[in-house]
Amino acid sequence: MSFSAIWGLVQTALELGLTCSLTVLALFLSYSMLNVCDLSTDGCFTLGAAVGAVVAIAGHPWLSIPAAMAAGTLSGLITAVLQTRMGIDSLLAGIIVNTGLYSVNIAVMGKSSQLNMNKTETVFTKLKTLLADTPLAGQYEMLISLAAVTLVILFLALFLRTRLGLAIRATGNNPDMVRSSSINPVFTTTVGLCVANAFTGLSGCLLAQSQKSVNIDIGSGMVTIALASLLIGQTFMGKGSIAKRAVGMVLGSVIFRLVYTAALRLNMPAFMLKLVSSVIVVLAIAGPYFKGQLPTLRRRMAARSGKGGQ
Amino acid sequence: MLRLQNISKTFNPGTVNEKTALRDINLHLEPGDFVTIIGANGAGKSTLFNAIAGSFLPDTGSIHLDGQDITFLPEHRRAKTIGRLFQDPLRGSAPAMTIEENLALAAGGGGWLSHVTRAEKNAFRDRLALLGMDLEDRMRQPVGLLSGGQRQALTLLMATMVPPKLLLLDEHTAALDPGTAEKVLTLTEDIVREGKLTCLMITHNMSSALTLGNRTLMMDSGRILLDLKGEERRGLTVDDLLRMFKENVGKALDNDRMLLS
Repeated sequence: MSFSAIWGLVQTALELGLTCSLTVLALFLSYSMLNVCDLSTDGCFTLGAAVGAVVAIAGHPWLSIPAAMAAGTLSGLITAVLQTRMGIDSLLAGIIVNTGLYSVNIAVMGKSSQLNMNKTETVFTKLKTLLADTPLAGQYEMLISLAAVTLVILFLALFLRTRLGLAIRATGNNPDMVRSSSINPVFTTTVGLCVANAFTGLSGCLLAQSQKSVNIDIGSGMVTIALASLLIGQTFMGKGSIAKRAVGMVLGSVIFRLVYTAALRLNMPAFMLKLVSSVIVVLAIAGPYFKGQLPTLRRRMAARSGKGGQ
Repeated sequence: MLRLQNISKTFNPGTVNEKTALRDINLHLEPGDFVTIIGANGAGKSTLFNAIAGSFLPDTGSIHLDGQDITFLPEHRRAKTIGRLFQDPLRGSAPAMTIEENLALAAGGGGWLSHVTRAEKNAFRDRLALLGMDLEDRMRQPVGLLSGGQRQALTLLMATMVPPKLLLLDEHTAALDPGTAEKVLTLTEDIVREGKLTCLMITHNMSSALTLGNRTLMMDSGRILLDLKGEERRGLTVDDLLRMFKENVGKALDNDRMLLS
């Protein structure tokens, strides 16, 4: 296999990793900061992809991005209202919204489960023509993903240090304390979920436009893949400033895609992606748990074998 | 300052777990009152605090704070004017956030999207120095690294950062070792005196119930049995208190922690 072929694969993995890292950053906000596992992520990702595609096909490539983010925000708002105002458990709220979004997404795509953007002007084709005669000509996909990721990290680094950001972090860390600081946790949860889902929507929008198509299944399993990336990123940059941890999230997403690409080269069939991401999530969460249990287990084993030897 | 009128609360009414926690409580606090509360296990002391802080809506009665009817005000809105400390020192601060960030949240002020200013940070540093725990040099460390006593002292600072109209202390030194408890108690006295705060403090330590503050309430079965202040309270001993309890309730005080301390 030639170097250029390998570089091509790596580049694709990087682009995919960067685009999907926006979803990881969304979970960084909802899962790591707010302590809410937002299971509406899959549906919201597809929603962003569908809305972005429909707006782009209608002839507004730039408008597609704010439109997808607005759709994501709305979805986050509904998830938040269900869990903060209607007494629905947060996991269940995510699942309910996710299920509902399936129908919404098909409706958005004009009662079809597939949209094609081969001849559509998207943000990617726009930049491609813009960069046509420059040295960066082939890098338009990378540039857009990189720009989006940088902006989102910058936003998070600034936002999470504002009073609202601090309140959101405290809500996930110690809700009792938030209430006694005269901040309404309902408000902070709602804002956090809205912002996070805006990023998920953006992520879906960019992935769809770079692939030039949307499928109703584009987001399925995304929450597990993003969680796997998040946990990988956490092991690399678990502690430190928000910005550093956010960069860790992107790193985790890229590493996940690189490993996955390598596995594909080793003849792992493509349909294994979701099983692999599930296993990674299980390992990443169960690993530290078992590590904590190990001393107890050892002592128990020692005691048992001691008895057996008598 | 604080006026409770006919406050009653029954939990799980109509079930086998029915429990009347507060029975027709009437209480009036003057501005600057520092009231200590003692009582047996399950006397309704913490429930009284929950009612004042708005953790639940009482079945009957009304609560006024500084002339404002707060009976129906949600908990987080009351927190603007009511500071509260719990027995559990971990309850009042966010462990994954730094000391500075915790203080910034407690200080409030500024818009939602404003950052903590340099001037504020300096103010935090000065306040922390008052604790005498060297926390002012650790402002960027996560609160989770602090000891229980340090965290409770920090929580005290946070609760009084914006001087509250009412400070509720729910056995806030009970989970600390004796030396630290003493220190946090002294800090409490200083902060309450300096801020001229109105304060209610539940304690299981009978002698500090008599030495601290200017008024002592004794509760049992959801009622305020004794309300000691002024001349009547002066010169009272722990033995007097125990005797008064027995005379009023007809049985000995059964708060084991109280008797052991």
